[in-house]
Amino acid sequence: MASQEQLSAIKRAKVLMVGAGGIGCELLKTLALSGFQDIHIIDMDTIEVSNLNRQFLFRQSHVGQSKAKASTFTGILQAFSLVARDAVLRFRPNISITPYHANVKESRFNVDFFKEFDVVLNGLDNLDARRHVNRLCLAADIPLVESGTTGFLGQVTVHLKGKTECYECQPKPAPKTYPVCTITSTPSKFVHCIVWAKDLLFAKLFGDKNQENDLNVRSSDTANSSEHSEDVFECRKDEDIERYGRRIYDHVFGHNIEVALSNEETKDVLPEKQTKENGNKEKGCAADDVSAMVSLSLKNPQDIWNLVENSRVFLEALRLFFLKREKDIGNLTFDKDDQLAVEFVTAAANIRASSFGIPLHSLFEAKGIAGNIVHAVATTNAIIAGLIVIEAIKVLQKDNNNYRMTYCLEHPSRKLLLMPVEPYEPNRSCYVCSETPVSLEVNTQRSKLRDFVEKIIKAKLGMNFPLIMQGASILYEVGEDLEEDMVAIYAANLEKALSELPSPVTCGSVLTVEDLQQEFSCSINIKHREEFDEEKEPDGMLLSGWVEAPVDKDNNKPIGNDESTSNALPSGETLEGEKDDEIQETSEVVEAFTGKKRKLSEVSEVTAPDPSGPSSINQNKPKKLDIDDEADELIISDDWESLTKKKKL
Amino acid sequence: MNGEELTEQETALYDRQIRVWGADAQRRLSKSHILVYGMKGTVAEFCKNIVLAGVGSVTLVDDREVTEEALSANFLILPDENLYHGKTLAEVCCDSLKEFNPMVHVSVEKGDISTFGVEFFGKFDAVVISCCSLAKKKLINQKCRKLSKRVAFYTVDCRGSCGEIFVDLKDYKYSKKKLEETVECQLEFPSFEDTISVPWKALPKRVSKLYFAMRVIEQFEDAEGRNPGETSIADLPGVLKLRKELCETNSVNESQIPDALLERLLMDTSEYPPVCAIIGGILGQEVIKAISGKGDPLKNFFFFDAMDGKGLLEDISEPKPVS
Repeated sequence: MASQEQLSAIKRAKVLMVGAGGIGCELLKTLALSGFQDIHIIDMDTIEVSNLNRQFLFRQSHVGQSKAKASTFTGILQAFSLVARDAVLRFRPNISITPYHANVKESRFNVDFFKEFDVVLNGLDNLDARRHVNRLCLAADIPLVESGTTGFLGQVTVHLKGKTECYECQPKPAPKTYPVCTITSTPSKFVHCIVWAKDLLFAKLFGDKNQENDLNVRSSDTANSSEHSEDVFECRKDEDIERYGRRIYDHVFGHNIEVALSNEETKDVLPEKQTKENGNKEKGCAADDVSAMVSLSLKNPQDIWNLVENSRVFLEALRLFFLKREKDIGNLTFDKDDQLAVEFVTAAANIRASSFGIPLHSLFEAKGIAGNIVHAVATTNAIIAGLIVIEAIKVLQKDNNNYRMTYCLEHPSRKLLLMPVEPYEPNRSCYVCSETPVSLEVNTQRSKLRDFVEKIIKAKLGMNFPLIMQGASILYEVGEDLEEDMVAIYAANLEKALSELPSPVTCGSVLTVEDLQQEFSCSINIKHREEFDEEKEPDGMLLSGWVEAPVDKDNNKPIGNDESTSNALPSGETLEGEKDDEIQETSEVVEAFTGKKRKLSEVSEVTAPDPSGPSSINQNKPKKLDIDDEADELIISDDWESLTKKKKL
Repeated sequence: MNGEELTEQETALYDRQIRVWGADAQRRLSKSHILVYGMKGTVAEFCKNIVLAGVGSVTLVDDREVTEEALSANFLILPDENLYHGKTLAEVCCDSLKEFNPMVHVSVEKGDISTFGVEFFGKFDAVVISCCSLAKKKLINQKCRKLSKRVAFYTVDCRGSCGEIFVDLKDYKYSKKKLEETVECQLEFPSFEDTISVPWKALPKRVSKLYFAMRVIEQFEDAEGRNPGETSIADLPGVLKLRKELCETNSVNESQIPDALLERLLMDTSEYPPVCAIIGGILGQEVIKAISGKGDPLKNFFFFDAMDGKGLLEDISEPKPVS
């Protein structure tokens, strides 16, 4: 189909793929078949079994041993980018594929690097990296084709500096978080129990002891009130592991449950002390393969264990951690591929759920929730890859009027399963591509520079290596060639309140923040405010003008279900009830309109009426979320009627 | 509920997709048998998808030799003459497909598919055919429909930037959950022959132009005794003449089938890899849905045109009599 003109543009093109996973495999294959000859891929992942159901360039033989810790590296973990390259070269031996097994945030992938390419194609699985690439593409003025998939849903969008929205013009969802009290005292959904089990209990028992932890540590036993509450979770000297386990169980489930509800039954179902018969199964078990399920002969991860079984798993998992993985204790963070950790969290969450009348879940389900696993199939990735290549070819030909954002739906909307929509003009208030300043309300006398850097600059504004200035004074910067005395000054500055900095930051101050690698700069107007609501604004800082998705009622305080990503389901849908027999009905669709926007084609028509009048703006302003291979949520518009009407004006 | 559990291996491998369609559906897939005819690029994509999904078996039929052209959009064929010399398209594709999922049984059936009897088709749960003449499509469809067992029937054709899928599931009953309830659904699919016999005048005005254009080309190839896809721009006058006749017979305006569209379909007969990926993906999803009994099936045509980027469904069937 490609015309001669197209074919030569394709042949000459230098393409960068960022992310070689689900979409990546399909994309690389389609690019190669379509005649692309110079493809570069950046991907930092290595291959796992769960990738093989859709990442067809990879084979069982590529899968490394179980997640190797640095000290026990036994297998060769095969890098996505390298294996994908080799697989494609087999059917297209004469093209050039350059893999980089690395994180795209590395400094070598700077603006000059990006400038070498004709188009950048994202197949990433996290918001942070996408924002980073977005900024680099803007700075380099290189077109970016973004994409994402979740189950049967997918989308492809095109971003050209100055011509279309950039990736950050539309709000992206903040990670789903829950109020502390919901997690510690009043859970009503299974996910609350998972968060408790994972971020509180697991972290308390096996994670960094110095980390703050909201786990309720108060003992109801007043005789022991003089005991430092931390001791409860420490294994006492010479304490038998079984006894320790039961003590923890009593404390964590007995105590907390007593507080919330009185429930005598739980005391009756504590299992008998473990017999020695299971000891034999453990012989010869490598540390990484230890499993409570195996030990207890529980075979099916889809089974929902009863309370007794959950309790046994809890105690056995705890025992196995202390017996077989002692050196890990104190360093662990939850990893969905850590079987024992998943078993522990499942059991703990279920025991908790049971006392709050919340339905229990299987390990399979719990793992998905705790690990923020995004369901994925090969077909959607293949479809999206095809659509990406079609857009990429248009970009190469500078076919400006024909760029499309395309949505792949699970259920047809007006007969359409693949729905193309014209891209929007850039958002004039986008602080990323339109350089609009943002505002920060903060108590300049109390809040420290450190808080500002961590919570605002890095977390919210997505800058990795910031340079902060007020006028000509540099308040803070990060870099390799800084002089020692400057480093000392900046370190000292971090601990100072804003108003006490060498160049004081007070009400009315304007700060310029830059990330030199992203070549991105932003102005922040500072407003002083005395008081902040502890529950609603726990950071003591409020950023506005920064395009953020609307906050839903659960989103009050950061005990998140994950650091940087949101759940795989649209909000409003409960995560339990995802039973075996249903295809997920993820067709709830909403889209946000953040102010006046016009389609590209309408902008160029002098006589076209302004489509952004009040009647055409969706009053509900619901969320638009993007889709992901591994992590983010998807919600698409239900309201295509108004969209397509606009197009026809 | 079938008695057998998924193996540990299957659960690990299929984890991400089980989270989409459930373990029960996965079990059904693992017992299914798919017949595939015509190993072009789109079909290669489709096969890759169902093999990854974990069907029980895939049987390939295509006795043609490997050619340069076949290599262009088919990533299952490695461009090493030593590997493909003396082998048929089906054999070469079979070797590659096996690698994607050792748990799927992939094999080749040789011979002229028009001579295969009804019992042969009865071995399968789904039959997918491509690169087929009009006559062959009808014939195979009829054989599948003769069976009391439901054999899902699909045709798929891609020409340049356009692609078409046809679906025939006979009488298809399935259930789905709507909010809290389980809803029983039933759809009746017309055969390919009945579908294309529906008078054009009876169809809704907004039916995709691609539907009509493909029918014109199809009839042209049939009348001229051409193999599917064996056309060129030189055939345009003949095709336009046929269009005129067909439109007159059907009492529709010729503008329903634009010249430009027919030209594209005549000229771009080779496959376009992005379209292969898209059509192969949609088709893969459809077969998975039909086998697992979950999800609304596509009824009964799907069209994609890279020119406008739309992927749409058309329900081409006899309009229900007004009661």
